[in-house]
Amino acid sequence: MLQKQNNKRGAWIALLCVAALLILVMVLENTIKPTHMLFTVLKKGAVYALVACSMNLLNGFTGLFSLGQAGFMLVGAYTYAILTIPVADRDAVYYLYNGSALKFSLPDLFGGANSPVGLILGVLIALVLAGCMSALIAWLIGLPVLRLKSDYLAIATLGFGEIVRSVLQWDKLGPVTNGANALKNFPTFSSFNIKNASGEVIFRLSAFVPFLLAAVCIGIIVLLINSSYGRAFKAIREDEVAAEAMGINLAQHKRLSFCISSFFAGVGGGMFAMFANQAQAKTFTTAMTYEFLLIVVIGGIGSISGSCIASFLYVAASEWWLRFLDSETYLFNGTFKVPFLRTGFRMVVFSIIIMIVVLFFRRGIMGDKELFDLFRPRKPKQMAKAGDHNG
Amino acid sequence: MAEHVLRLDDVTMQFGGVVAVNNLSLEVNQGEIVALIGPNGAGKTTAFNCITGVYEPTNGQVSLMGEIIVSNHPQGKMKESYAGENLGKYTQVVSHTPDQITQKGIARTFQNIRLFSALTVFDNVLIAKHMRAKQNVFSATFRFNAKEERRMREEAMALLEEQNLVHLKDEVAGSLPYGLQRRLEIARALATDPKLLLLDEPAAGMNPQETQELTDFIRQTRDKYHLTVFMIEHHMDLVMQISERIYVLDFGKLIAKGTPDQVQNDQRVIEAYLGVADDAED
Amino acid sequence: MQYAISILLSGVSLGGQYALIAIGYTMVYGILRLINFAHGDVFMVAGLMMVYLSASISPLAALPLVVILTALLGFVIERAAYKPLRSAPRMSVMISAIGVSYLLQNLATYVTGGLPQMYPDLPFLSKSVNILGAPTKWVTVVTPFLVVILVIALTQLIHHTKIGMAMRAVAKDFETSQLMGIKINSVISITFIIGSLLAGLGSALYFTNYQSIVPLSGALPGLRAFVAAVFGGIGSIPGAVVGAFLIGISETIIKGSSWSVFSDAFTFALLIVILVVKPTGLFGEKVTDKV
Repeated sequence: MLQKQNNKRGAWIALLCVAALLILVMVLENTIKPTHMLFTVLKKGAVYALVACSMNLLNGFTGLFSLGQAGFMLVGAYTYAILTIPVADRDAVYYLYNGSALKFSLPDLFGGANSPVGLILGVLIALVLAGCMSALIAWLIGLPVLRLKSDYLAIATLGFGEIVRSVLQWDKLGPVTNGANALKNFPTFSSFNIKNASGEVIFRLSAFVPFLLAAVCIGIIVLLINSSYGRAFKAIREDEVAAEAMGINLAQHKRLSFCISSFFAGVGGGMFAMFANQAQAKTFTTAMTYEFLLIVVIGGIGSISGSCIASFLYVAASEWWLRFLDSETYLFNGTFKVPFLRTGFRMVVFSIIIMIVVLFFRRGIMGDKELFDLFRPRKPKQMAKAGDHNG
Repeated sequence: MAEHVLRLDDVTMQFGGVVAVNNLSLEVNQGEIVALIGPNGAGKTTAFNCITGVYEPTNGQVSLMGEIIVSNHPQGKMKESYAGENLGKYTQVVSHTPDQITQKGIARTFQNIRLFSALTVFDNVLIAKHMRAKQNVFSATFRFNAKEERRMREEAMALLEEQNLVHLKDEVAGSLPYGLQRRLEIARALATDPKLLLLDEPAAGMNPQETQELTDFIRQTRDKYHLTVFMIEHHMDLVMQISERIYVLDFGKLIAKGTPDQVQNDQRVIEAYLGVADDAED
Repeated sequence: MQYAISILLSGVSLGGQYALIAIGYTMVYGILRLINFAHGDVFMVAGLMMVYLSASISPLAALPLVVILTALLGFVIERAAYKPLRSAPRMSVMISAIGVSYLLQNLATYVTGGLPQMYPDLPFLSKSVNILGAPTKWVTVVTPFLVVILVIALTQLIHHTKIGMAMRAVAKDFETSQLMGIKINSVISITFIIGSLLAGLGSALYFTNYQSIVPLSGALPGLRAFVAAVFGGIGSIPGAVVGAFLIGISETIIKGSSWSVFSDAFTFALLIVILVVKPTGLFGEKVTDKV
C-alpha cells in the first residue's frame, strides 16, 4: 500500500501549498497598493478557477459536453444578490418596481452586513443557497436534457442559458429580479476588509476571501473526483456501455455530476457578482460560457490544476498583460506609431492565441495530469510492454 | 427441479422486419459452463444483449434464479409487424437497465473489448466495486466511507492478485497486450460479484496456446468463485473441451442442444457449420 | 387584418433568411457531424464586408463580390480550423468552431471599433412597397421566392450531379466513401463554400431589414437558424427550410405580442422539446448506436 501513503503525503503537500498561497495573497494585499491590476486578476481569477473547475468536472471528467455554465452562474448570482441586499437598500435598488417583494436579507438576520457575524454567516449561507438553487434547476433541466448525446446536449444546455437569461429579465418578475436592471449594494469582497471605527481599512481581505472560498470549493471538487463517485464519472466518460455493464446507473450519475457542477457554478456566479459589485442578467452571455470552455481546454480537459492555472493566465492575459495592445502606442519620441494597436486588438491577439492552443496544443497546459503528478517520482519503466507476458 | 440460474423463455428480438433472435428458450444450471454457438450473424450477441438489458426483447422472458428480470410482448406498431411466435403468451412487461441487471448478479464481457482504456488496471477493477459499496456521494466525497473504500481497494487488489495482474496495476489499461486486456475484462466483470458470468467470445483473436490457457482459466474461475458461466464462442476446441452443454443458434433459431458429443454429431449443426467446421479446427 | 398580414409577411421573410443560414448548418452537420458555431459569425462578417465594400463601390457591384468573399472565408475557415482536426474527437472540432466564432467576433470588434455599422441601402430591395395594404420593403417580398429557387437549385445539385452524389455518400458514411475514392476534402470544402455562399446572400437580405450590424449580430440569428435546422431534422435541406420558416414566423408573432422578451426563450425551449421528444426532427433520419 505504498501508493496510498504516497497519496496521503501528496494531499498534505497540496494542502500546505494552498495554505502558503493563501497567506501569500494576504500578505501581498496588505503590502502592495490595492488598486494594482494584480488584485483584479487574483479576485477574478479565483472566481474563474472555481467555475472552470466545475465545468471540467462535467466536461472533462464525466464526458458530458455542457454549455450551460453561464446560465447556472446567472442563477447563482441572482440568488446570492436577492438574498443579501440589505433591507435598507432595497427601495433604492428596486426603485423601478416600488421596492422588493422580498422583505428580508440574510446578513440582516444575523445582525447586519456591518457586523462580522452577520456578514460571514449571511454571505456563506447565501452562497450555499445560490449553489443549491443552481443545482435544483440543473436537476429539473437535467431530467429531459441529460438523455441527449454530445453536441445535442451542448446545444440544449446553451439554449437553457438563453432561456434563463430572458426569464430573469422578465418585467413581471421585476419585484424579485429587478427586471433587466442590475442588482447591487449587496456585500462584496471589499466588505470583508477590516475597518477601524472611523471607516478606514486597517487590514485587507478582499482578495483573500475569494481565494479561500474558491480553494475550499475546488478542494471539494478534487475530493469528489478522487472518490468512488469520481471514478464512476470517469468510467462514464471512457465508455458508457461498459460503465453501465459495471452496474453504474448512468442516469443517476450523470444527473449527480450535472447538479454538483451546477452547484459550484452557482456558487461561482454568486462570487462573480461579489467581484463585479453587481449582478445583471446581460453579463452572463453565451460568450462567457465559451470563455470557460476555452479555459478548460487551455488548461487541459480533465485536469483540475490545469483549469486553475489556465484561469489565472487567461484573466491575467486578458485584463492585464495584453492591455497594452488596446492602447495606441508611439515609440521613438512619438515618431513611430506601432501598427495595429488600438481598442479591440487585445482580444484579436488573444483569440489567435487560443486558436493556436486549440489547433496545435490540443492537450492544453496539463493534459489530463495534475500538478502533483509532475513531482511524483517517475515509475521505472522496467516492465516491457509486451515482452515478458504473452497472455 | 434443478435450480436454473438463467432461464430464457421464447425470447424473440425483432428489428424492423428482421427477426434476429427467434423463440429462444434455454436454461443454464448452477455451476455449469454452457456455450452458445452458431455461425456469424446467428443472433448470439443479440441474445446476450437481451439478457443484459441492452436491448428489450420483442417477446418472451428472461429469469435469473427464478426471478423474472426481463419480460415483454409486442406493443404498438410492433403488434402488426410481429413475425415471431407465441404472440399473447406473455402479458407482463418487466424491463431493467443494464446496470440493474448487473446489480442482480449478471456480469458480462464484450465481443470487442470495452475497457476504460485511459484508466489504470487497478481503477478498472475498482470501478466495478462502486456498485455494491455502501456509500453516498457526500460520504464518499468527504471520506466518511474510509472503511468501505479500504474494503473496495483490498478486494480489487485481491482480485488482481488472483488474476496475476497485480504487477500491472498502475499501467494504463489500453496499453496492455490483447490477451491481458481480455483477462482484465474478465477480472473487472468478476469484481461486480456476479452469480452468472456472460462471456462474449472470450477467445477471439487468441492463438491456440492462449486459448488453452483461457480454457483452464475459465474453469478455475468458475470453481473459485462458484460461478455459472454462459459464453459465446467460435473456437470449437475451447467450446468442446469446456462446456457441459451447448446450444446452437442459426438464423436466430435454436437448432440443437445437448452435450458436446451430441451436438458434434447433430446433422443440422454440421449443415449449419458446413465449410465453417474446417476453419474452426485450427 | 393589415397587422396580421404585415406580421406574416415579415415572418415569412425572416424565415427565408434563417433558411439560408440553416442550410449551411445542416449541410455541414450532415457531413462532418459538427455544429459549425462560426457559421453565424460568417454571416455577420458578410454583412460587415458589404458595409466596407459599398463605401468604395456601388452596392450592386459589391453584392456578388461579398458573396464570393464569404464563400472564400468559409473555405479558409474549414481548411485552417477544421481540417487539421479531422481525426480528433468531435469535441475538439466543436471547440475549434467556438474558437473561430470568438476570433471572428473579436476581429469584427477591432475593425469596427465596436460601433454599430449601418448596412447600405440596396437598390430595389430597400424600396418600400404596399402588399394588401401593409407597407413593407421589397426584400420581404423577394426573400421567400429567392429561397425557394435556391433550394430547388441546391436539391438539383445534390441529387443530379456527381459532386452531389459524392456529398450524399460522404454524409452517409465518411470512411467508406473515402475508400471508394471520393476526395473527402474537396467535398467538405464545397459544402462549406455552398453554405457560406448562402449565408452571404442571407446576410444581404437580413441586414437590409435590420440595418445595424454589431459584432454579435451573427450569434443569435445563427443560433436560431441552427434551431431551425434541428427542428427540420439536421442533415435534411428541405427540413431546414421548413424549420426556418416556422421559426421565423413564430418569432415574429411572439415579438409582436406582449411576450416579446421570450422570443429567444421560446426558440430554445422549442429546441429542447424537439431534441427530447424527436431528436431526429421533422425530416431527419434515424441513427442508432451500435453496441
